[in-house]
Amino acid sequence: MTDRYDVLVVGAGPAGLAAAHAAASHGARVGLIDEQMTAGGQVWRQDVQHASPALARRSIGRTLDHPAIDWLAQTRVVTVEDGGLLVEDPRRARRLHYQTLVLATGARELLLPFPGWTLPGITGAGGLQALAKQGWPLAGRRVVIAGSGPLLLAAAATAKRHGAHVLGIYEQSSTENIQRFARSLWRWPAKAVQAMGLRAQLAGVPYRCGSVVRRAHGETELHAVDVDGPRGIEHIACDQLAVGYGLLANVELAQSLGCTLQLQGAHAYVDTDRYQRTSVDGIYAAGELCGIGGRDTARIEGAIAGHAAAGKTADADRLLQSRQHARHFADALNQCFALDPRVHALAQPDTLVCRCEDVSLSALDGYMDARSAKLATRCGMGACQGRICGSALAELGRFPRSGQRPPLFPARLSTLAGTNLSSINKP
Amino acid sequence: MNAPLIRLQINGCTVEARAGTSVAAAIAQHSLIFRRSTTGQPRAAFCGMGVCFECRVAIDGIGQRRACMVPVREGMQVSCDD
Amino acid sequence: MKSHDLIIVGAGIVGAACADYASAEGLRVAIVEPGPIGGGATAAAMGHLVAMDDDPAELALAHYSLGLWEAFVDLPQAEYSRCGTLWIASNQADYARIPDKLARLAAAGVHAEQVDAEQLYRLEPALAAGLAGGMRVPGEAVVYPPGVAQYLIGQAMARGAQLYRQRAHQLNSGGVRLSDNTQLSGNVLIATGCALPQLLPQLPMRSRKGHLVITDRHPGLVHHQLLELGYADSAHGSDDSSVAFNVQPRPTGQILIGSSREYGSETADISMTMVRRMLARTLQFLPGLSELDAIRIWTGFRPVSVDGLPYLGRAPQHANVWVAAGHEGLGVTTSLGSARILIDQLLGRATAIDPRPYDPMRVAA
Repeated sequence: MTDRYDVLVVGAGPAGLAAAHAAASHGARVGLIDEQMTAGGQVWRQDVQHASPALARRSIGRTLDHPAIDWLAQTRVVTVEDGGLLVEDPRRARRLHYQTLVLATGARELLLPFPGWTLPGITGAGGLQALAKQGWPLAGRRVVIAGSGPLLLAAAATAKRHGAHVLGIYEQSSTENIQRFARSLWRWPAKAVQAMGLRAQLAGVPYRCGSVVRRAHGETELHAVDVDGPRGIEHIACDQLAVGYGLLANVELAQSLGCTLQLQGAHAYVDTDRYQRTSVDGIYAAGELCGIGGRDTARIEGAIAGHAAAGKTADADRLLQSRQHARHFADALNQCFALDPRVHALAQPDTLVCRCEDVSLSALDGYMDARSAKLATRCGMGACQGRICGSALAELGRFPRSGQRPPLFPARLSTLAGTNLSSINKP
Repeated sequence: MNAPLIRLQINGCTVEARAGTSVAAAIAQHSLIFRRSTTGQPRAAFCGMGVCFECRVAIDGIGQRRACMVPVREGMQVSCDD
Repeated sequence: MKSHDLIIVGAGIVGAACADYASAEGLRVAIVEPGPIGGGATAAAMGHLVAMDDDPAELALAHYSLGLWEAFVDLPQAEYSRCGTLWIASNQADYARIPDKLARLAAAGVHAEQVDAEQLYRLEPALAAGLAGGMRVPGEAVVYPPGVAQYLIGQAMARGAQLYRQRAHQLNSGGVRLSDNTQLSGNVLIATGCALPQLLPQLPMRSRKGHLVITDRHPGLVHHQLLELGYADSAHGSDDSSVAFNVQPRPTGQILIGSSREYGSETADISMTMVRRMLARTLQFLPGLSELDAIRIWTGFRPVSVDGLPYLGRAPQHANVWVAAGHEGLGVTTSLGSARILIDQLLGRATAIDPRPYDPMRVAA
C-alpha cells in the first residue's frame, strides 16, 4: 500500500469501479476508497442473505482483484488538504495524494417531510433496500412502498425477496406520465427487459400512480399510513413504510474541491465535459454525481473518466455515444417522475423538518436564508450537517442548501488532531 | 449463503446475527427504538446508508455511532436509548 | 430623512445590548444591520461568561457585566448554564500562581476557590493524569450568544426601535447614510466590531481569527468550562498564532472546543494546521475525547483594539458619533456592561464603573 496514487477514485459504486478498472488497465496505480464495508455502492450493495447479480459480481471482482488497485473499505474523506485528501477508516487516519482524482460519490435519497415521517418503521425506499441487504428483518412484515421513481420497484423486489408482504407501490407520478414513458421504452430494449423482469418479480403487488402518503400513524412505531390517490384517501395498516422521492447527487466533496456545480431543479450536480473533467484541473466526476442517470450511465461515465484520468482519451472516445444513449434514457426517466406540487405541500406547520434537532416547519417562518434559520432555530446544526433537512427545504422552495465546510462528514477528533495519522510513503 | 453466527449484546440482551449484518439490522431484531430525539421522540434507522444519522447508538462505550455503517462483531456491546 | 435619538450600526451582541438598554431608557432607536442578528463574531463565539484577572480595567468591566447577566438565567433563548469555570494548572509552577489570582479576583468581588489535584479529578474525571490542580469559579456560566442578541433586538423593537436591513454607507454631519441612500439622522453608535475602521478609520482595529470545533452530543463527559491557566498567555500574548486548551460543555451535551488565535489570516477558511494544533492540545488534557466525532468546525474574528480594551464612548473627531467595539474575546461577557457604560454616558449620567480606561479618545491622545 502507498499513500500516493496515479489515480485516486472516491466511491466504489458502478462508476467508481469502472473508473478504477479503466485506469488500472493502462498501468496506472489506482486507489479506490468507499465509506461502506463492501464495494458496489448502493445499487450493487451486497446482501447478507442473497447472492449479488452476475454483473455486480463481475464488476466488483475484476476491480478489487486487479493487482494495480488498492481497495480501501470503510474509508471516508474528512477534508481536502494540501493537494490531497485526509481520510479515516475505523482505526486510523491517512493523507492520500493523487495525480488525478475521480469523484464517484453517487447519490442519496430525497427524503421529504410529512406528518409522522419520523416514526420508527419508516425508511427511505432505497433505505429499506439497503437495510434489508444488511439483514434487517422483513419476513412476514407488511410493507408499503411509496414516493417516486424506478427505485420503488427495486425496493419492492428486494423486500419481497426478503419475505416481506408488500401491500402496494404508491407512485406520485400520474398514470399518463408512466404510460407515456412505458410507450417510449422500446428505444432502450435492455431497459424494457429489465422492467419486465421486475414486473414479473412483483406479480400480484399493486402499482398505483398519482398516489402519495399523506400521513403516518403510530405511537412509538408505525401502524398505518394514509395514502391519497385517484380513489380518495386509503387507510392502510402496515409495519414498514419505505418512502423516497428520487435521488440527489452527493456533491459535498466536489464542492469543497472547488468544482463548478449546476442546478437541476433545486439540487446541485457537478458540471463535466466530454471526458468527465470537472472545472478543476486533474479532477474528474462520473455517475450520479453528474446528474441522476442510473447504473448504466454511471458505468459508462466511470470508464470514460478512468481512461481519461490515465491519459487515454482515445479509449474514452469510443464510449461517448453509449453515454449519450444512456443519458437520454435518464432524461426521459427524470421527466416521467418529476415531482407533483402536492408533494411539496405534505409537511404541516408542526411537522418536524430537521430530524437531528427536532425543528418544525413553522419554526422557520420569517427567516430569509438557511444560516439565519440555523442560528435562531438550530435547523441543520445536527450530525447530518443539513443533508436531510437542507435538501428537503431546498426542494420545498424555502431556501437553497448552504455550502459545505469541513469536516465533510463527522470525523474523529484524533483524525482532525493528526494524532493517529499513519504515513506510508514507500510505494 | 451461510455466514457464521455472531453473538452481540443489545441493551444487555444477547442477539444473534449472521456475519456481515449491520448493527442496525441486528438492533431491529430486538427493538425498533434506536434512540430518543432531542425532544424525546423514538427514532430508528431511516436512510440505511450513513447519511441521516437517525440510527446513532453507543457501540462498545462510544456514543453516537451510526449503526447502519458498522458490521456486527462477536461480543459487541450496543446500547440504545430506552 | 428619518430622525432617531440613536442610530445603532451593527446588531451583534454589543449593538443589541445597546439597543435594548437605550430603548428601555426611552430613546427612539434605529438599528442598522444587513446580515443576520448576532451573525458575526457573536455567532462564532463560545459564549463563555468569564472574568479574567490579568488587567484591572478588563476585570472591572467583566465583573460589572457578570452581575447584569444574572437577569438572563431563566431566559430560554439564552440557554444559560451555570457550569462554572475550572482553570487547570498543568504543573506546580502554574499551581503556585493561583493564590495571587484568587486575591485579584476577590478584590474585584469575584468568588473563586483553589482545588488540589484530588478535588480536580473528582470534579472532572476525564482529565489526563498528572495535573497539579486548579482554580474553580463556580458562579460563571455559558450562554448561546446569537439567541441573546436576537432576544435583545426583539425587546428593543417591541419598544418601537426600527430595524434597517441595509449597510451603513457613510457617516455625515446629520447621522448616517445607508446603502440604499436612506438618510438617518441622530446620534450614531457604531458597534461593528472588526469592521469599525470602515466607518471610523481613526480607530485602529485588528482581526484575530479563531477556530472552534464542536462534537456530537456526549452529555456528562465534561462538567465545567475548562481552561488551562496558560490560556491568558495565549489570549494576551501577541504571537502571530497560538492555541490554548479551552473546552466547554454545551447544555445540549455537545462539547465545544477552542481555542486558537491568529493574526494575518483575513479569510474565514479553516486552517487544518491550526485545527491540528488546537485539538492536539485538547487531547493532551482530555485524551478520552479522541474517538468522539466532530460534527462542525468554524472560524470567527475577534476585534482587537490598540491595547486590548474596548472602545466605549464618544468617537474622536465627531460630535455625534459614539463607539462600542473592540472587545476581542470578551465581547459576550462584557456586552451588557459595555451597553450601560455607553448609554449612561450618552445620557450624561454617572456610570457604575470608571469609564476612562475605555475612552476612545485615548487613541487620539
